[in-house]
Amino acid sequence: MSILLNKDSRIIVQGITGSEGSFHARQCLDYGGNVVGGVTPGKGGQTVFDEKLPVFNQCIEAKQQTGANVSIIFVPASFAANAIKEAAYAGIELIICITEGIPVNDMVETHQYVKQQGVRLIGPNCPGLLTPGEAKAGIMPGFIAKKGKIGVISKSGTLTYEAVHQLVSAGLGQSTCIGIGGDPVIGTDMIDLLGLFEKDNDTDAVVVIGEIGGQMEIETARYVKDNISKPVFGFIAGRTAPPGRRMGHAGAIAGGADESAAAKMEIMQECGIHVVESPADIGKTVKQEL
Amino acid sequence: MKIHEYQAAEILKSNGIPVPIGYMIDNLDEVKATVETIQKESNNAAVVVKAQIHAGGRGKGGGVKFSPDLNSAVDNAKSILGMQLITPQTSGEGQTVRKLYITQAIDIAREYYLAITLDRSSSQPIIIASAEGGMEIEELAHSSPEKIIKERIDPIFGLQPFQSYRISASLGLTGHALKEACKVISDLYKSYVNSDVSLAEINPLVLTKDDRIFALDAKFNFDDNALFRQENINTMRDIFEEDPADVEASKFNLNYIKLDGNVGCMVNGAGLAMAAMDIIKLKGGEPANFLDVGGGANVETVKNGFRIILSDKNVTAVLINIFGGIVRCDRVANGIVEAVKVLDLNVPVVVRLEGTNATEAKEILASSGVAIIPASSLDEAAEKTVEVAISK
Repeated sequence: MSILLNKDSRIIVQGITGSEGSFHARQCLDYGGNVVGGVTPGKGGQTVFDEKLPVFNQCIEAKQQTGANVSIIFVPASFAANAIKEAAYAGIELIICITEGIPVNDMVETHQYVKQQGVRLIGPNCPGLLTPGEAKAGIMPGFIAKKGKIGVISKSGTLTYEAVHQLVSAGLGQSTCIGIGGDPVIGTDMIDLLGLFEKDNDTDAVVVIGEIGGQMEIETARYVKDNISKPVFGFIAGRTAPPGRRMGHAGAIAGGADESAAAKMEIMQECGIHVVESPADIGKTVKQEL
Repeated sequence: MKIHEYQAAEILKSNGIPVPIGYMIDNLDEVKATVETIQKESNNAAVVVKAQIHAGGRGKGGGVKFSPDLNSAVDNAKSILGMQLITPQTSGEGQTVRKLYITQAIDIAREYYLAITLDRSSSQPIIIASAEGGMEIEELAHSSPEKIIKERIDPIFGLQPFQSYRISASLGLTGHALKEACKVISDLYKSYVNSDVSLAEINPLVLTKDDRIFALDAKFNFDDNALFRQENINTMRDIFEEDPADVEASKFNLNYIKLDGNVGCMVNGAGLAMAAMDIIKLKGGEPANFLDVGGGANVETVKNGFRIILSDKNVTAVLINIFGGIVRCDRVANGIVEAVKVLDLNVPVVVRLEGTNATEAKEILASSGVAIIPASSLDEAAEKTVEVAISK
């Protein structure tokens, strides 16, 4: 088992004829995922990958003709919010937006719309999902992961790869790895995913990787204390980040004192999360505690 | 992106929000005529001379001076323009004052706080207001959170008139002033949405003795992701207020932030870059910078990354940590070898490459003959870098 994504997920790629979209669609296909088509307005009727996959003008056509229930979005930032809304309108149940740099106001509106449509958005500005051995929907390098029983939730891309690599080196595989995105407004937060991992029979423990900025890790810690019975491990990046500066991710800016890494780690510890002090000890710590 | 107070006042004014009469000058020759114009337009001899830098806390550093007449205004302008203004938000050296904003003096009856920003927990804009104006809102949030009024806005429907009324009434305003405050709140929300603002703060918003509302000081920050569609806001950028190394890095699409330590680092991905800084500190070193070279780490980005890191003379060692997912480590290795050869580096460089084609990458580095210290894990890499940084 896994959460959200498995070998039966029917995946389409919005922006499949672009260079990013086509490269990663191919990678997802090669990983073994069930990619069933793509969407690029104006290129409907064409095919890609040696006539293997159909391209549609609109999401709703792709959904009707392929039965897609997952969409990965690789369209430029100025069009991405519209692409998310289009997928939500079409009733795609899981929408994963990889695009970085979407204006916050666009996402504020889109977030509300997606909620109203009753579908789930992951991202934007995220590496997507990977259920090792089954499917990937996003840009995570599949070969670094291994099938197993640890869930991984992270705000970051390459730091997730680092954590997954350490887990595998320690002999631990993953059930599903999810990058939730580093933007201030994202579709799915850590709490939602922890709830899903709690119910997943094949997940034994969850690694949560956060960073400075916002209150999400603190709200998550309080939620874990009352609702999660499985062991949770946490790391917060940015302990050395100067306050008030944006550290790469649009959301990584420590405003008030309680948005700092130290404050988040302290509250996580208080709430019973195994806090990892060094980013190099994530795999080691999980191995020791389990 | 940040802007100056006088630019924020322009935005407020163009959105219909009352601000004191004021003019920006960057030359002492203009002081006399400017003060005289303000005196004539406001029918009041007193003015306020305000230093224009992006950092807050200007009053505490002596950058804002009430001036009862022309002579004192000229004296104050002379002392402030060109000074190194040190505030709690600047570096220890302070920031050079290159511009002054001279405004009419307002007869204040009460001060309020009003701001709009994103509430990340609900993913909605939120209006924050308080009858305790002029104070730092963070301080107030800690000492008396009950004095802060919060109102979330549904982005699809926008701010409703009853919400502006609720906020104004909660501030204790009545009659004419309440009506004016409602209009200020609604106009501020419009500018927040239309100009892709990430923080719009009026502090203080004042009630005058003749029952009028003015925005006495304002701060606007903008969403960097939306600058592509904000032509007017882009013209307000003042690069003198930004760190020169940050400006240089942004030309190469690199994300760089200078820090105070001596261990330089070059990493792909923002989260991993922060984690690298953190582990340097845990190993007893001090990071010199944050640098995310992004997804396209190649010869050019590595070269430019080195140039920017080494423009900081405090740097005594550099850590390169790349986790190749889509990025191929062998290409990064070639980039490092070429950059090290071309740039004639005089500091030790520790390199850790992991992920796609990492084995090939290690061979490239080993056989290149360039003086690079290899490391096979994040832990080992940080430890080695700190060691050579200290012994240097």
